[in-house]
This record gives sequence, structure tokens and C-alpha cells, in this order.
Amino acid sequence: MTEATLPAWIALPAAFLLVAGGLFTLIGSLGLLRLRDFYSRMHPPTMGATLGTGCVLVASMLVSSWLLHRPVIHELLIALFITMTAPVTAILLMRAARNRTG
Amino acid sequence: MNKLFDLAAGFAAVCFVMAMILATIRLFAGPRAQDRVLAFDAIYVNGMLTLLMLGIRSRSTVYFDMALLIALFGFIGSTALAKFLLRGEVIEP
Repeated sequence: MTEATLPAWIALPAAFLLVAGGLFTLIGSLGLLRLRDFYSRMHPPTMGATLGTGCVLVASMLVSSWLLHRPVIHELLIALFITMTAPVTAILLMRAARNRTG
Repeated sequence: MNKLFDLAAGFAAVCFVMAMILATIRLFAGPRAQDRVLAFDAIYVNGMLTLLMLGIRSRSTVYFDMALLIALFGFIGSTALAKFLLRGEVIEP
């Protein structure tokens, strides 16, 4: 699993960001399961989609920049894409729920 | 130090898989269709994060393209489902 050894100043922030991203995503899905009605269930997964994705993407940028010996910013594509598309889905779903219940 | 990093990656993997399991429970138990679409949305985001975590853990960059494709197709899928719930029609004439 460990082909290349990372230096400490890469490994420590990346490990912290991975743990934080995992916890944010887990809390978001727990909220999706626990909350009572649809409108309150709407918002916990967005925490995983923004904060969790952001943390994991920054960790990925750190590690792959070290591996390829140059700054890697491909991950900004995913960040931009998630930031653009999550509100569209949220708006459509919310409007559908309002139409179906009311 | 790398042992700690691998431990953190394993913890993140467990977190993502737990999150996917919780969202799958909501997918099957959701009282209405919009709950299921929301759970599907959470599942594809978690799958994308799992792939990114695998790429970090195995120190390779080939997982990134798969993560980008999952983000793309997951968005298209959940938007089509939401549009269908909204109008009863995905592509309107």
C-alpha cells in the first residue's frame, strides 16, 4: 500500500483532513437517517457534499502534488462541479416535494 | 508518520462506507419518492469520496477521473429523477 513515503508535513495535514472529511460525511448521512420530515432531511447531506468533499479534495491535492513534484489542481474541477450542481439538484428536489405534498 | 496516514485513510474509508450504508437504509425506508432521490444523491457523493480516498491511499492518480465521472453522472441521474418527480416527464417536448 505504501509505495512512496510521504514527509511529515504532507502526511499530518492530509491525515487530519481525511479524518475530518470522513466525520463530516458520516454526520451528514446520520442526519439524513435520523431527522423527521423531508424538509429537515434536505440539509444534512449537503454538509457531506461541501465540507467533506472539500476536506478530501484538499488532502488529495496535497498528496498528488507531492507525488508528481508539481502543483496539481485537477481537484478544483470536482470542487467547482459539486459547487455548481448541488444547488440545482436541491432546488429541483425541493420544488418537486412542495408540488407533491401541497 | 506514514502509518498514521494509512490509519487515517482507513478511518475515512470506514466513515464513508458507514455513511453509504445509512443512506441506503434511508433509500429503502424513505416514506416518499423524494426521500429516495435525496438518499441516492448522498450515496453518489459518498461513492465519489470513497474513490478519492482510495486514490490518496494507494498514491495513484487514476482514481481521479473515475471520481469526476461519478460526479457527472450522479448529477445527471439525480436531476433527471427530480425533474421526473416535478413534471412527470424528464425531457419535455
